[in-house]
Order: sequence, then structure tokens, then C-alpha cells
Amino acid sequence: MSAIVVIIVALAVWLGSWALNEYLVRLRPAGPAAERQIGFAVPAIFGICLLALWELLARGLAIPEILLPAPSVIVAAALNALPIIGVDVWQTVFKEVLPGYAIGCGAGLLAAFVIDRSPFLKAGLLPLGNLVSALPIVGLAPIMIMWFGFEWPSKAAIIVTMIFFPMLINTITGLAASGHMERDLMRTYAASWPQTLLKLRLPAAWPFIFNALKINSTLAMIGAIVAEFFGSPSVGMGFRISTEMGRMNTAMVWAEILAAAIAGSLFYGIVALIERKVTFWHPSVRGGQR
Amino acid sequence: MKTLRTKVWPVLAVLVVIIAAWYAAALLMNRTIAVEEAARKGEVLTTQEMWLKSYRLDKPLLPAPHQIVTEIWNSTATMSITSKRSLVYHAWITLSATLLGFALGTVLGIALAVGIVHNRAMDKSMMPWVIASQTIPIMAIAPMLIVVLNAIGISGLLPKALISTYLSFFPVVVGMVKGLRSPEILQLDLMHTYNASRTDVFWKLRFPAAIPFLFASLKVGIAISLIGAIVGELPTGAVAGLGARLLSGSYYGQTIQIWAALFVSSIVAGLLVFIVGGVERLVYRMMGARPEATA
Repeated sequence: MSAIVVIIVALAVWLGSWALNEYLVRLRPAGPAAERQIGFAVPAIFGICLLALWELLARGLAIPEILLPAPSVIVAAALNALPIIGVDVWQTVFKEVLPGYAIGCGAGLLAAFVIDRSPFLKAGLLPLGNLVSALPIVGLAPIMIMWFGFEWPSKAAIIVTMIFFPMLINTITGLAASGHMERDLMRTYAASWPQTLLKLRLPAAWPFIFNALKINSTLAMIGAIVAEFFGSPSVGMGFRISTEMGRMNTAMVWAEILAAAIAGSLFYGIVALIERKVTFWHPSVRGGQR
Repeated sequence: MKTLRTKVWPVLAVLVVIIAAWYAAALLMNRTIAVEEAARKGEVLTTQEMWLKSYRLDKPLLPAPHQIVTEIWNSTATMSITSKRSLVYHAWITLSATLLGFALGTVLGIALAVGIVHNRAMDKSMMPWVIASQTIPIMAIAPMLIVVLNAIGISGLLPKALISTYLSFFPVVVGMVKGLRSPEILQLDLMHTYNASRTDVFWKLRFPAAIPFLFASLKVGIAISLIGAIVGELPTGAVAGLGARLLSGSYYGQTIQIWAALFVSSIVAGLLVFIVGGVERLVYRMMGARPEATA
């Protein structure tokens, strides 16, 4: 009986928030400020509605906590285990992801500059790079752990292999993005190769490079966490997820996932923010294009 | 002939360099193991014997390419495909999860995109979350999902497929939303002057316009589906599938087995992307595109 009531209430919450959103998007906003507020409120309402439904159904239908803990239980577990999660985030994000990300992106960028000078290498490496991007490189994780040990270098190595080629391909595409006219203009100025690179082609390539930086921020997090499934120095988010899962401590697993989600979104957000500052001239930032 | 010179030769040259570097690296990395193994038996190796031994170890740090190829040959061609040690068997398990997840993800992605394009409330409320869903390290959910679904009695193919679905729906949604919105105002206005209904606009203008975007997304989606299925096999305790081969290989230090599984999954990934590309060309031709336009 109560299950039916719960489902009816859940449906009511769903329909209510949906109706509210339908009403909100039909409003004629008075100005840009109001429009921005609506643009923020609508997805927020949708998100809160999902959370409310999750809480309601998990508690109302008495779903066992091992299967699906309610959001409040997850947050409570996260707050309780804050020191452990802090240590895990430090290990995974700061000791594994950031070094790997910096090395991989830097190497990809430098390799692109080198390859850019040789059409032969470009023709040889681009198809291979495209192929490698489609390969399940995460599978190299056990081998990297065998070579570099359980500590952060093995995770950094797997991240570097994962993100090198996306960076390389995007940078090469970006370096070709400047038009013929501009390049000819640089030639008439008798600009050297480094000058043309710095003043024309690199700025034109920034949108592509940032595209790779954003993709790679997600890939790097995935690489580190999956690599920890194969072996880690008994600390780290991937390690915690797999061990707590083995102990059926689901709330803690979800708490780690929450922490990983927050860390991943922050990482992505920071890169996106820097992109807005660097490529301020691009139509997608100026808002000229919809 | 020109394509041979400008396209094939560079790739071949790079491949040859990679293989040569691989053999050199294998020698350098395996040398110490070979020497130690001989020292334990009280043998002293000449340089030539040391070289040969480095390429013939059972558990090398880095197997030479021919060892991997031999292992793949032994575990595919010389074994019945139903055998638990056959890589074909494991590849098929992974492939079936990949394809099921890819199909689900594509259908879900297209459905979401159609909804998002036609309903403003859906667009505004869901699009930010669709994008946010990808900034979380999805693989973290893989072990969760599989244990949870196992607990309610769903096991085997579906949990892995669901991870592939989660990974592959995103490129499809983003690509299809872009594609369905790609018709220009002029074209939409023309449909309006024909008094075309929304269904007509969808089937005769929006959907055909979205096809190139769809296939670009599908290529990303199928590759990522395979990765999802492989990672989905890791936490199940290594029962079957290419991911399970990776895990059991890493437990027992069977490096050749790990590399063979990696090579096979790479071949499968390449084939899948190739097939999607072939279907793309076929669809273009059926839609009346000229061969040059598709290239």
C-alpha cells in the first residue's frame, strides 16, 4: 500500500517540477539578467527533482542500502569519512592525475611542433594517432604497474599514454587552422618559422588545443582511477572504491564517486575557465554564435 | 600511385620504426631477466645466446612482437572457439556486451536528442546535466553498477552493456542535437511555406541533415563502448571477456597473455570503427551523395 503512495508522490514531484520548468522556459524574461537566472534555475530544478526522487524512492520503497543508498546517506558517509576521502583525493588527483596530465599534454604539444615541420611524419603519424585514440589503452594499466610499481609513476605513465595522441592530433589540426592568406602575409613580412608559430598559428590553434585539454582532463581522471583497480599503495580513490565494494560498504563507495565527480568537474571547469580567458576572441566565447 | 606514395609509405615507415624500437626495447628490458635466469642455472651466456634468450622468455617484461603474434595465433586458430582459453571466445563475450551497449546508447542518445530539439524545457533542463555527466570519471561507477545489478538478479551481459550505454550515449546526444539543429533558417522557412508538419520537417529535413553528425558520433561511440565493456569486466572477478584476460594476466604476471588480449581488443576496435565507416559510406550512397562528396 505504502509503495503505491510513494510512487504516486514521486510521479507528482516529477510532473510538478516538469510543469514548473515548462512554465519557466515559456516566460518572456525582462532582461538579460532575468534570462540568465532562468537559464540557471531550470537545470537546477531538474537536478533537485532527480535527487528528491532518488531520496523518496530509496527510502519509500525501502531499497536495501547495499543496493542504492539515499543521497542523504551518501552525503552523511562522505562527511563522516572526510579525512580518508581527503587523503584519497590528494593521492589520486594531486600525485597521479596532475603530473600525468602535465607530462602528457606537454609531450603531445611538443611532439606536434616537431612533427609539424615534416609532412612525411605528419602523413605517417596522423592515421596511427587516430587509430590509437580508438584503442582501449586503459588495458595497459597492469603492464604499467609491472614496469613502474604501485606508486604514482605507473598511474602517470598510463595517463600519459592515454592523452598523448588526442593532444597531438588536436594540436596538428589546430596548427593547420590558420588561413592561407594570413600565412602568406607572414611570409611577406619575412617572418621565421618560430615567429609565425608564436604570432599566428599557435593563437589560431588555441581552440583546438583547449578541446584536447578538456577531453584529456576527463581521460586523466578515468585513467588514474581504473589503474588503481589493478594495484595501488593502499590509498587513492580507485583503490577505495574497489575495496569498499568488496566490503559491501556501498555508501562509502558512492561517497568516493561523489568526491571523484566533484574533483573531475572542478578540473574540467578550471580548464574551461582558462579557455575563456585565452580564446576570448572565439565566437563561442563572445556569444556571437548560438 | 600518388596515394601510395603520400599515404601508405609514411605509415609503413612509422610502423617499421615502431617495431624496430619495440625489439630494441624488449632486448634492453628483458636482458637482465635472461641473465639472472641463466645465472641461477649456473650458465654463462655469450652475447648471442643472451639476445636469443631475451626474445624467448616465458614472462618477459616486454614481450617481442612475434611472441605476441604467436600467442594470438595459438589461442585463436589452434583452439576450438568454445574453449575457455580461446581468445575468440573472450573477444565474443566482450563484443556482444559492446554491441548491445552501443545499440542501447545510440537509441537512447537519438531519443534524447529528438526530445531536446523539440522541447525547450527538456533542452534547458537536461543539456547541462548531459554535459556534466561526462566530467565525472564514469568508470568509477562500473564496479558499483555491476555489483548492484548482480544483487537484483541481473548478471552477465546487461550490466557491462549498461556501462557501454552510459559511455556511448553522450557523443550521440551531442552530435545529434548539433545535427538536428544544422538546417538553416532558410531551409526551415521553405518547409514552412510547404505547410509541412513537424513530423515532415523532422523526417525530410532535420534527420537527413543530421546523418553526417550521427556517423561521426557513432565512430566515437563504438570505440568508447568497447572500452566500457572491457573496464566493466574488471570488477566482476575475471570470469570471461577480454577485460578478464587482462586482469588474470596481471594477477599471474602473464605478460604475453596481457599483450595478446590488448592486441585482440585493438583489432576488434579497429574493425568496429571500420564497419561503422563502411555503413556510413553505404548510407551516403543510398542518400544519393556522389563518391567525391563522401571522401
